[in-house]
Amino acid sequence: MSPVASLLLILLLGAVGAIVSAPLSSARRRRAKHAGDLAQLEAAREAKYQEIRDAELDFKLGKHSQEDYEAVDATLRGEALEILDRIEDLETAAQQQR
Amino acid sequence: MPSLGFASMIVALVVCVYGIGASIYGVRADEDRWITSGRRAVYGLALTLLTAFIVLEIAFITNDYTFSTVADTSSATTPLLYRMGAVWSSQEGSLLLWALLSSLWSSLVLFLVKGRMREVSAYATAILLAFDGFFVALAVFYANPFETLSPAPVEGAGLDPLLRFPTMMIHPPMVYSGYTLCIVPFAFGAGALIARKVNMEWIRSTRRFALASWLFLGGGIMLGALWSYSELGWGGYWGWDPVENAALLPWLTGTAFIHSLMIQEKRGMLKVWNSSLVLATGTLAIMGTFLVRSGVLDSIHAFGGATLGVPFVILIGAMIVGSIYLVVSRRSLLRSEHKLDSMFSREAVFLLNNLALVGLCFVIFWGTWFPLISKALTGQQASVGPPWFGRYTVPLALILVLLSAVGPLIAWRRSSARNLMRNFTLPLLGAVLTAIVLVALGVTGKPPAVAMFCLCALVIVGVVQELWRGARVRSAATGQMLPRALVGLVSRNRRRYGGYLVHLGVAILFIGVAASSSYQHGLEPRLTVGKSAKIGGYEVKYVKPTASVTPEQDSTHTGSTLDLGAVLRVSRGGRYVATLRPTESYYDSGEESQGSVGHLIGGQPVSHIAMSSTLARNIWSAVEPDISTTRFERIIEVGNKTIPITKPEDGMIVLAYLAREYLKHTPPTAFNLKVQPLLNWVWIGALIIFGGGLIAISPPPRSVTRRVRARAARRTVAAERDLVSA
Repeated sequence: MSPVASLLLILLLGAVGAIVSAPLSSARRRRAKHAGDLAQLEAAREAKYQEIRDAELDFKLGKHSQEDYEAVDATLRGEALEILDRIEDLETAAQQQR
Repeated sequence: MPSLGFASMIVALVVCVYGIGASIYGVRADEDRWITSGRRAVYGLALTLLTAFIVLEIAFITNDYTFSTVADTSSATTPLLYRMGAVWSSQEGSLLLWALLSSLWSSLVLFLVKGRMREVSAYATAILLAFDGFFVALAVFYANPFETLSPAPVEGAGLDPLLRFPTMMIHPPMVYSGYTLCIVPFAFGAGALIARKVNMEWIRSTRRFALASWLFLGGGIMLGALWSYSELGWGGYWGWDPVENAALLPWLTGTAFIHSLMIQEKRGMLKVWNSSLVLATGTLAIMGTFLVRSGVLDSIHAFGGATLGVPFVILIGAMIVGSIYLVVSRRSLLRSEHKLDSMFSREAVFLLNNLALVGLCFVIFWGTWFPLISKALTGQQASVGPPWFGRYTVPLALILVLLSAVGPLIAWRRSSARNLMRNFTLPLLGAVLTAIVLVALGVTGKPPAVAMFCLCALVIVGVVQELWRGARVRSAATGQMLPRALVGLVSRNRRRYGGYLVHLGVAILFIGVAASSSYQHGLEPRLTVGKSAKIGGYEVKYVKPTASVTPEQDSTHTGSTLDLGAVLRVSRGGRYVATLRPTESYYDSGEESQGSVGHLIGGQPVSHIAMSSTLARNIWSAVEPDISTTRFERIIEVGNKTIPITKPEDGMIVLAYLAREYLKHTPPTAFNLKVQPLLNWVWIGALIIFGGGLIAISPPPRSVTRRVRARAARRTVAAERDLVSA
């Protein structure tokens, strides 16, 4: 291997080693227990809000009758409230844990 | 430098193994730092493979024939653009490209989900690295791109002339990107099943990657079709070739997934179906890669003499068994949260669309793999041709186009009869009107094509109606002028209206497919100079032959040595329409056994088609000059005897003489002529699909994102609850 190639290889090994090993010296070992569940619920909440907005747009575009829209909207908002309740429960549990 | 490249590959392999171990240990031992280190191993892998790829690319650019793959697939006479793309024309280089693209996409997705889906992304990291490791291992142990030659030859064999076409420089990276992006949702889907976290988050996080794989794969397929139409000299864009089909299969299941994931996002339904689809898409992507590299089926796109079948069979077997185990063992977690409210809902239409897409996938899968199945059962390899595919795919395509018309017009959850009537009246009128116009014009001969035109009209009017109504609603709400309201509407609802544009593009593409395949005229006349042929109402006259000795005069800049062609005059009812100049290019084969002159034109000749193209029709032509006559063979024979092999420039003088003789004594020439109505609609439709896909995949405007984030930061859950309850 030429000197230039050798030097480049050493640089590459150094860079890869640094990238991969940096987190191993971190003091933080574990993440908060509820963080994953909270992220999932937040994703579910955003999806539900999008669904509420979509239903509203569908209604404005004439795809829902007034009655259908009201029923769908009420169902969606009920489901959104359920998700919000679960988020609140989780946040309360997390605070108590701290 | 080959040693640096190979050492990089070894480092890459070690990084893969380390990353898999670190990720699995991290998630099992609940150690975040090991999970993070595993994720960073993917970044390290990307850096390492990028280094290897740059080394190889430099070797191609600088004509370094100590690299065996450079000597086999490039040459000094290959133009620079094609030398740069020649990296992925070999088995070895394409494996490296596959692994590189996979590592780049994996790095991007893992960077974007950093800090979220801890367990799922740790398992996904291990799976992504396992795939990358598989391809790196193939490159290291079976098809090493850094293998050297000693002594190095003075000149390379050159890039296959068929690949010297601009879109072929983009086509393979696009298809590979599509394939490798299919692996991202596969890895996250499998990771979610392993971690037993089968909720929506993994779908939301990888949705854009599923769309990107669909977009890249679709783009790659269309570029391949364009290459086939422009370069292969047969005048078609889709030949049901096994490798083309193999790319279409994951695209079809990917299309089904893109639709059905919306049902899971909105309703928590179809979790088993979605998991199965995403795993099937990943497996089909690897099967497509296997077809190209195993050499089990004959295809113009496959690597000849490839021997990578066994490792791929093991990988595919592991993917199928693992996928089935995961879905079956986690079935209790995959239960639907809701039921279908009504058959008159978008969910129901999406379900039907999924069934049609999977049905289409099954038909094409069967037809593609039939040669292998028949060989296994009967010992003889039989294959099915375009008529077999047409028999089953045409009805399914009609159903799909119908469903793509219905989908945008129907609401989520439920639609009342009155609303359905309101939304369908105009599109149905458009379809009926189309039928009346077609009958009036006498276009009744091919019922499936006529049905397709009517259904496409249904889609087009439906989408235009949706855009119009949406723009009017927004205009009324904001006071904006209609065009600006339309832009705002699409911009703020990119996924919805990007999808509608895709449907519009599909309709336009299918109009082109139906018209060009059902109503095209084809003729393969053998003409002498001055004679004419009649085709589809046009008269095509062979005005004169053309000949040029290249590369200096090579109009298409592909590095050919000799171009022979024809000037054709096209007229209709005596009126001039167009002049066409198709040519055939001859290339240096580099094989000295063909003689000092013979090898200069001994490579595979490539047809450069010429056409007159409008929105209404293409008049397409290809020429196949005959230089096998005694006169021309004698010139080459004498040249071979008198010109030393070391003097190719003198050989070119003989070719110039041959070209002059060809102009003076032109033998009857074979032509391939076609008149194809609406063929350009295929490309226009594909562009609209691509544009719609880009809109659907792009993130919402920054202003909207900022507003949503600011609102979320301000609000407490309690305040948000009040708003939702209001």
